Amino acid sequence: MTATFYSEESANRRNSILLIFVVIAFLAVFGFVIGFSIGYGTGNEVAFGIAALAIAVGIGVIQALFSYYGGDKLVLASSHAREIGPEQAPALYNVVNEMAIAAGVPMPKVYIIDDPSPNAFATGRDPQHSSVAVTTGLLQKMNREELQGVLGHEMSHVRNLDIRFTLFVGVMVGSIALLAGFFLRYTFWFGGGRRGNDRDGGGGGLAIVLLLVGLVMAVLSYFFGALVQMAVSRQREYLADASSVELTRNPHGLESALAKLAADNEPLHSVNGATQHLYIVNPLKKLGGGASLFSTHPPIVDRINRLRQLTGDAPMDPAEMRQLKGLE
Amino acid sequence: MLPAIIILVVVVVVILFIVGIYNGLVTRRNRVDEGNAQIQVQLKRRHDLIPNLVNAVKGYMDFEKSVLVTVTEARGNAISAGSQGIAAQAQAENALTGALKSLFAVVENYPQLKANENVLSLQEQLTTTENQISFARQHYNATVLDFNNSLQTFPNVLIAGPFGFTKREFFEAEPEAAEVPVVNLG
Repeated sequence: MTATFYSEESANRRNSILLIFVVIAFLAVFGFVIGFSIGYGTGNEVAFGIAALAIAVGIGVIQALFSYYGGDKLVLASSHAREIGPEQAPALYNVVNEMAIAAGVPMPKVYIIDDPSPNAFATGRDPQHSSVAVTTGLLQKMNREELQGVLGHEMSHVRNLDIRFTLFVGVMVGSIALLAGFFLRYTFWFGGGRRGNDRDGGGGGLAIVLLLVGLVMAVLSYFFGALVQMAVSRQREYLADASSVELTRNPHGLESALAKLAADNEPLHSVNGATQHLYIVNPLKKLGGGASLFSTHPPIVDRINRLRQLTGDAPMDPAEMRQLKGLE
Repeated sequence: MLPAIIILVVVVVVILFIVGIYNGLVTRRNRVDEGNAQIQVQLKRRHDLIPNLVNAVKGYMDFEKSVLVTVTEARGNAISAGSQGIAAQAQAENALTGALKSLFAVVENYPQLKANENVLSLQEQLTTTENQISFARQHYNATVLDFNNSLQTFPNVLIAGPFGFTKREFFEAEPEAAEVPVVNLG
């Protein structure tokens, strides 16, 4: 109910729309360049370009609509999550309900992923259409207090609409990478051959320039997408940790949950590049080195230290950190 | 003609301004009511669960009937306090929370009870209900704080009085230290 949460929520609303426009603009430029290159030498380059632009924008719009209405189902299905009711896992269901009440949002759907690696994520387009998923490993390793901390973290992603933005990031960034990959292949397979039997030299130069521009953009957009996906989710994790404590009023639950998550080094099976940023701890690489440019999650030690700042406890000393890593 | 237009524009702007503030206050007041409704749902659920728990443990607890009597009485008081305003209700419900804590502390002394599926399930249900009550109260109090603040700040304060918006009461938490359950191990 704090001012920060409302401003987070409206920032996510705004950023979601902005992201869609940026991605569609990217697709439009890409489409045009690809169409122009395909049509090169026919005398109708611009018509080719505009046709491909229309197709690319169409694909972008369909993707945006699809990720808004069905992205959560796609994420849950690709993670092999199954929905549960209050009978199958009463404690989990109850803790989710408690955190939903604390956050003042409707009860999300609850999913379980059969995997011994402890982890959790939330997804959906808004709090009315949201889901939280936890692994069986998490249920086995956490006590009630720690479970509350983890689900408080997930519930704050739901409440401030992080779930919507990250859903768009996953699907849209995935689509850019796909398109860039396609474009690169096209350039290497056909571009070279076409340039070889070119009839007039000046036009060939233009085609090469266009291809180069396209190539550079493809590479740039790929890195840009990856950077947005990662930089954006790191700040989100710190915020969700803080909001979790605001909800549970118990920093120690989440702190000890994070320590347990750090100590566990088993990788999660059903995860890919488009879903890794959704989880509470990075499911691919646990406890990576520093806060590098390409990590989707801040190092757990940093997260624990930020929680300790809230309680006034001393930050982790080297011995504690070694112990944390030694547990791996 | 021009002054008339200027006056008209000013009046329209002022009216829009008042409408904006009024709607903001109504939204906040609805959040408070929603928060209160949430607490009432959880309290009702606790009232409904208690007779089941009392029945389930009654047979085992021959020596400590007084704990059960206290819980049953506290439940009765809490239900009747429901119509006496937030402050009275909060006090009666806190007494019930204390009585339940004593009961759970006593249950710890009976291994047969701790092994009983039915009691365990009721215990989980009551644990989550207790948590839900305290989280619902936390959320409600946050909405009340937000609403009361918005009533007292300028320019809302000019609108709030004439339109009949009044401050809401907090649902006070029990003072933790004051009610450590006394358990008779005799």
